Amino acid sequence: MTMARIELNNLAHSYKHRFSDSSDWAVKPMTMVWDDGGAYALLGPSGCGKTTLLNIISGLVTPSEGKVLFDDIDVTTLPTEQRNIAQVFQFPVIYDTMTVAENLAFPLRNRGVERRRIAERVKQVASMLDLSSDLERMASGLTADMKQKISLGRGLVREDVRAILFDEPLTVIDPHLKWQLRGALKRVHRHSRTTMVYVTHDQTEALTFADKVVVMLEGEVVQIGTPQELFEEPAHTFVGYFIGSPGMNVLPAVVEGCKAHIGDSAITLACRYPKFASEKKIEVGIRPEFLRVGNGGQGLKVNLLRVEDAGSRRIVRAELDGLPIAAIVAEDAAVSAGCLSLEPDPEHVHVYVDSKLVRA
Amino acid sequence: MTITVENVTKVVRGSMHVRDVSLSLAPGTINILLGPTLSGKTSIMRLLAGLDAPTSGRVLVDGDDVTGKPVRERSVAMVYQQFINYPVMTVYENIASPLRVRGVAKAEIDAKVKRAAKLLRLEPYLDRLPLSLSGGQQQRTAIARALVKEAKLVLLDEPLANLDYKLREELRTELPRFFAGKGTIFVYATTEPSEALLLGGNTATLREGAVTQFGPTPEVYRSPKDKATACIFSDPPMNFLTVRVEGGSAVSDVGPSFDLTGTLKDLPDGRFEVGIRPNHVSLGPYAQKLAVVKGTVAVSEITGSESFVHVDVPNARWIALARGVHELQPGQTIEIYLDPSKFFVFDVDGHLVRAPDWKAA
Amino acid sequence: MDKPLDNRAWFLVVPVVAIVAFNAVLPLMTVINYSVQDTFGNNQFFWNGVGWYKDLLDPSAELGSRFLAALGRNSVFSIIVLAIEVPLGILVSLCMPKKGPGVAFCLVIMALPLLVPWNVVGTIWQIFARSDIGLLGWTVNHLGIDYNYTAGFFAAWFTIIVMDVWHWTSLIALLCYAGLKSIPDAFYQAARIDGASRWAVFRAIELPKLRRVLLIGVLLRFMDSFMIYTEPFVVTGGGPGNSTTGVSIELVKIALGQFDLGKAAAMSIVYNLIILASCWVFYTVMTNTREARQERLA
Repeated sequence: MTMARIELNNLAHSYKHRFSDSSDWAVKPMTMVWDDGGAYALLGPSGCGKTTLLNIISGLVTPSEGKVLFDDIDVTTLPTEQRNIAQVFQFPVIYDTMTVAENLAFPLRNRGVERRRIAERVKQVASMLDLSSDLERMASGLTADMKQKISLGRGLVREDVRAILFDEPLTVIDPHLKWQLRGALKRVHRHSRTTMVYVTHDQTEALTFADKVVVMLEGEVVQIGTPQELFEEPAHTFVGYFIGSPGMNVLPAVVEGCKAHIGDSAITLACRYPKFASEKKIEVGIRPEFLRVGNGGQGLKVNLLRVEDAGSRRIVRAELDGLPIAAIVAEDAAVSAGCLSLEPDPEHVHVYVDSKLVRA
Repeated sequence: MTITVENVTKVVRGSMHVRDVSLSLAPGTINILLGPTLSGKTSIMRLLAGLDAPTSGRVLVDGDDVTGKPVRERSVAMVYQQFINYPVMTVYENIASPLRVRGVAKAEIDAKVKRAAKLLRLEPYLDRLPLSLSGGQQQRTAIARALVKEAKLVLLDEPLANLDYKLREELRTELPRFFAGKGTIFVYATTEPSEALLLGGNTATLREGAVTQFGPTPEVYRSPKDKATACIFSDPPMNFLTVRVEGGSAVSDVGPSFDLTGTLKDLPDGRFEVGIRPNHVSLGPYAQKLAVVKGTVAVSEITGSESFVHVDVPNARWIALARGVHELQPGQTIEIYLDPSKFFVFDVDGHLVRAPDWKAA
Repeated sequence: MDKPLDNRAWFLVVPVVAIVAFNAVLPLMTVINYSVQDTFGNNQFFWNGVGWYKDLLDPSAELGSRFLAALGRNSVFSIIVLAIEVPLGILVSLCMPKKGPGVAFCLVIMALPLLVPWNVVGTIWQIFARSDIGLLGWTVNHLGIDYNYTAGFFAAWFTIIVMDVWHWTSLIALLCYAGLKSIPDAFYQAARIDGASRWAVFRAIELPKLRRVLLIGVLLRFMDSFMIYTEPFVVTGGGPGNSTTGVSIELVKIALGQFDLGKAAAMSIVYNLIILASCWVFYTVMTNTREARQERLA
């Protein structure tokens, strides 16, 4: 399987014909390079431009500005069928009148591959996706997750595929089947080493699938990083909010040297920060995973609102000067009512100026 | 108002959509129908509402038989998965529509609409058309319209399923607030166990049209009556091993043997299916008296805050939920640790025999 | 989805039942009565029992030979017309734009032939195909082909077939267009990515979705073409001779020309039953084929 190095040069797109201000851009000017064989996710809320970006890469949309390069070849104006990509859509696309095997063979038959090779490839791909026992069944009678596997299989079966693009493929799949299908996708990626780009608004899907996640908001790329980087050091309060369930606690604060004052409480920071200009918005971000419920004394003084049962853990919802704050505690932890103190781990307290991360 | 369904069955064109279901819903409760797609959640809701009549069985409201009484005569409101609003009416008009139909006085309509809008944080959007709003706001409009009717029974059929992950999370934390203190019966259908846990109330787990268990949510989660319930109410899916008890110890099919202590205490001889949730399967020894199972890593999924490690153990594929980042290579052999005090023990018929101890939040 | 029953709804049906009873059921009973009598409509009835029915199905009897010959002509006509209209209709619907300004224009053009009253259709073509003042007739004759639908057997058939195709292809086209519009874009995109040729896209995506729509279309066209009366009557009058005389024209000749009401009544009953039976067989076969296919799945 060949892979592709995908390069986006000053790419931008607007669906409107006359673009005046930045809100008309579906994808704002960006430059990005994606390496061969990597697994990438485009993560963001509805309307952030991730599907537009995917469609530009696949060729279904021609960008208003900029270039798309596959292995240094300009493919910006090439139609989809000539880009050697495969795409898996939100709802399964299968040919009703054919069996599973015929569905998988379809792209190869259209390209005139010889019959024996087709049968071999179909068998290989079917075993990669656990479909070997269903090859002779009619595709239309199968469950949604099997249909999505067939859609994926049609992409894998072609040997000239340079990249596989996924547009929210697990939307119609039941929760417990999502686990199996996600595992299958990762296994397929490992086996085939094809560049894969996955679009989703579900952080769990993005973080478990991708080596690198591209977080987008309103047409702009906010941060690119590994799941660990995005979790531990969000570069923007939006990334902190969007990733993590519940998202990062963002609280307005006054930062002086090594201390941050939030409301009446003061917490210690990991390092010394300079003085910030007073008109800037200063905030402190702490993830609920890094707040410990203490027994008085240190930390943030909060009022307990309720404790939510989330199965493997519990979520403490509290209030600090009217602002919501959440902390995660163990499954069987006892939390007393009324006032509590939440102690943050200084290594994981971040300071944000105008929503952007500041490193001391 | 108490609503009861007694032994209802619904057969549609030869296939059984609802299988002998009996449920009794008390006023002022949230009742969750949890199960995969096509397990009968929507069918049961339609029977409760009066949109469909059961093939057999009865529907009772406060003891009176209302089977066959059309939905127009019942006090019901429903919210659907697709955001259903009147497209040509403003948000204000949408929320007011059930009251207008009933001929309520204008001043009262205004008060009720504004109150519902405040509860659902729709006040800035009252003059907008639904289609110009985001998905979350459209669904809030639909929920406001259902709540303003002050019906005795409010049904919500997977209302958050079409929303973005983050919007779903936000609306989900607000739902208990909408449901609070009205004496209304809420019925909420979902496929996600985490939603059921968050909303609390009572949960009925459904499989292929039958209710496997109905009770307070933490109880159904922590004391599932049978294997089917345990499987439905676990996300990630529960891990299973087979255990044979004989001669004073329990031998498993994944390697280790267990003493008959803790949850395995006083078990009779025979075969049992043991279930353990992924968060109780650990990658490192964190306590004494843990059993060790050797396995091969199939896939390691990292979310930044935690890792889901799919492990092939003898006779099964397990998932371990570990805190933090664990970058394990496929094919790597690892040891995983089980705490027998967290075992759910089921007999050969799938009934729960032992469950770990727990206490409510 | 079955709603709880409310028997009061039956009252809404009473007016319709009354009208249908008056306009259809009572006359039908009269026709059945006539079909077992020998009468010329002057209130004199001679019992004939199943006489007319026996004659109808007997090719050696005068009535039977006329009936069976006309039935044969109707069958050939229906088959030819369906064979042309269905593929042509599908082709036209594939060419119709799905989005943009052309859509409304195309829909109106397609709908026009369907809106013309049937005898006007006949009149249009009667004039159009005339060799002296008709554009078509004059052109064809000018090209050297001897074309006169009042005299030539093939000319007459050609004219009524072309007229029917002109009149009714739009129905198939519009039905197929509706069917095609319901196909989500993602299917076409996926097919492009799979490298499918236009023909493969048609076979794999469009034709399967069109099956249900075509079922309705073909059924409607079959019924209408088998019962056809107005258009060929206006154009050729059933001629030359009886070469374009279908059963409906034959019926009118017997009933209103000869006033042989008994024979006509019997013929119309048998005609009706044949059409019903054909439609029922056709429909059952088509839906069972689909169900049999569903059985093969899962």
